[in-house]
Amino acid sequence: MICNADEGDPGAYMNRNEMESDPHMVIEGMIIGAYAIGANEGYIYIRAEYPLAIERLDRAISDARAYGLLGNNILGTDFSFDIHIARGAGAFVCGEETALIASMEGNTGRPRKRPPFPSQKGLWGKPTNINNVETWCNVASIIKNGADWFTRIGTEKSKGTKVFSLVGKVKRTGLVEVPLGTPVKTIVYDIGGGATDNKKVKAVQTGGPSGGCIPDSLFDTQVDYEHLADAGSIMGSGGIVVMDEDTCMVDTAKYFLEFAVEESCGKCTPCREGTYQMHRILEKITEGKGTNEDIVLLEKLANIIKLTALCRLGQTAPNPVLTTLRYFKDEYLAHVEDKRCPARVCRSLINYYIDPAACRGCTICSRNCPVEAIDGKPGYIHIIDQNKCIKCGTCMEVCNFSAIVKLSGESIDTPFAPIPINKGR
Amino acid sequence: MDRKNVSRIARKYNVYSGKLLGVLEDIQKEERYLSEETLKNVADVLDVPLTRVYSVATFYSFFNLVPVGKHIITVCMGTACHVKGAYRILEVLQDLLGVRPGETTKDGKFMPTTHDKKFTVSTARCFGACSMTPVVMIDGKIYGYVNAKNIPLILKEYGWGEKNEN
Ligand SMILES: Cc1cc2nc3c(=O)[nH]c(=O)nc-3n(C[C@H](O)[C@H](O)[C@H](O)COP(=O)(O)O)c2cc1C
Ligand code: SF4
Ligand code: FES
Repeated sequence: MICNADEGDPGAYMNRNEMESDPHMVIEGMIIGAYAIGANEGYIYIRAEYPLAIERLDRAISDARAYGLLGNNILGTDFSFDIHIARGAGAFVCGEETALIASMEGNTGRPRKRPPFPSQKGLWGKPTNINNVETWCNVASIIKNGADWFTRIGTEKSKGTKVFSLVGKVKRTGLVEVPLGTPVKTIVYDIGGGATDNKKVKAVQTGGPSGGCIPDSLFDTQVDYEHLADAGSIMGSGGIVVMDEDTCMVDTAKYFLEFAVEESCGKCTPCREGTYQMHRILEKITEGKGTNEDIVLLEKLANIIKLTALCRLGQTAPNPVLTTLRYFKDEYLAHVEDKRCPARVCRSLINYYIDPAACRGCTICSRNCPVEAIDGKPGYIHIIDQNKCIKCGTCMEVCNFSAIVKLSGESIDTPFAPIPINKGR
Repeated sequence: MDRKNVSRIARKYNVYSGKLLGVLEDIQKEERYLSEETLKNVADVLDVPLTRVYSVATFYSFFNLVPVGKHIITVCMGTACHVKGAYRILEVLQDLLGVRPGETTKDGKFMPTTHDKKFTVSTARCFGACSMTPVVMIDGKIYGYVNAKNIPLILKEYGWGEKNEN
């Protein structure tokens, strides 16, 4: 029996919290599970990025052994069960059950075809049950309070509660536990308090790199397995990343594809080569070199990879592209047709200018510019040389007078050479 | 690491599952990277083919096959950190430390080390500290809410900007 504590979805940390704050809850669930299926050996596969969780679980396992709750003849019965910890080493694909098992057997973590499923042929060829940390955590309270207690909460098809990690551009970040079926807007606005800095929330990404973006127009969507799927996304482990008007959806799609390219185990061609090509097209678009044909090709590739990749990593990798294409086509078109990034994120498509009316001639920007692209002297309006500018944004970070503006597809009138600031202004 | 010490570490593992990865991780904790000699000794002591040890050591991003600096700075590039500007944080660090962007080491990883061997910059995807993004980890310690202005202050805690002792 295995507890999957690989928690590879970046931006999600429910499992980390569960293991660090109540490791015995995981252990208790696993003991009950083992008793139910007659398993004698349990493993917790945990990612190396969580050293504290490893330490606490290790300690909790020793304590449980000392109390006779793990080991031979638990509490004087003829039931024996022990738990060991196996550590991951920074590979997302190892969260996939067959890859995880390969990894525990001391191999590279590459998935294999299912069937046979791990429950038929798992670790060292033995039948293996594999479940997530949160699943095991739920076991003890369900046994204690009864199945009715748990199934009363939630919706017709998705029962119980689920912990989500609400992060990104939202006021109150953190872990939230809500009944399944709670609308996105309740989670983002009532619990999360909406976007930071009076910005507007644009979308949420659920399900991590395998999931999709849900636009604010669909925030009535209930967060449960069926409705997220209808919207083109998935529940995944429960990460909810909030994005505001300053997030570029094409850049976001590119980010997830880069993730897929890096984390693809390389075993099958659609995923290894396909995600690479998708990433290249997205790169082209964000650089302002994309065409309408690129968008068509991107969508075609996405659908092919979805159908042909071996494991769920490859099969779901196109989801962020497909959902952003579905809900934010206008942003793709702005990049391709107008060479404009509406969120002003994609570097090739933005420019920094100094607003002559706001500049106080303090020189801080020109002193900090890493490529000396800013011309000016004390008391003079400063000017950015657009040919030299590498668009790093340092000037904007250091300016104390909000005189730097970032624009895409537009420009403002600036003097050709530094001129004295009109004192009477 | 020599055979004797590899054996010492291997003895801590009484089950086969997770042993190879565990042993490699424990060695890296002590020596900070896995040398060719280490990989050979691990293969020998655990009685697995060297090719397998090598493929495992190169498959998982956690392992370093080349020496690293005194302090390892890991920038989180996870989704929550990405939307809060993680890329810019990485860029600021590269600027401050004078390491070139995109510089890769012999094992093909992006892990530049400064000339004085004090800092190595690397990236990871999520430390599970996503409520205080953007996040940077230095030698295992997590720093949340980093920005271009407070990074230099954090680096100073690790002797950045000081003359090299040797
Ligand atoms: C690429 C990939 C990564 C995965 N990562 C994780 C993970 O980090 N944690 C996890 O519990 N399940 C992960 N899974 C799902 C597991 O394969 C498996 O379905 C899950 O552990 C079953 O647990 P549950 O039924 O209790 O939810 C991943 C699946 C894929 C395809
Ligand atoms: S889909 Fe990707 S991760 Fe999955 S087996 Fe194929 S190459 Fe590996
Ligand atoms: S995404 Fe950076 S800590 Fe989770």
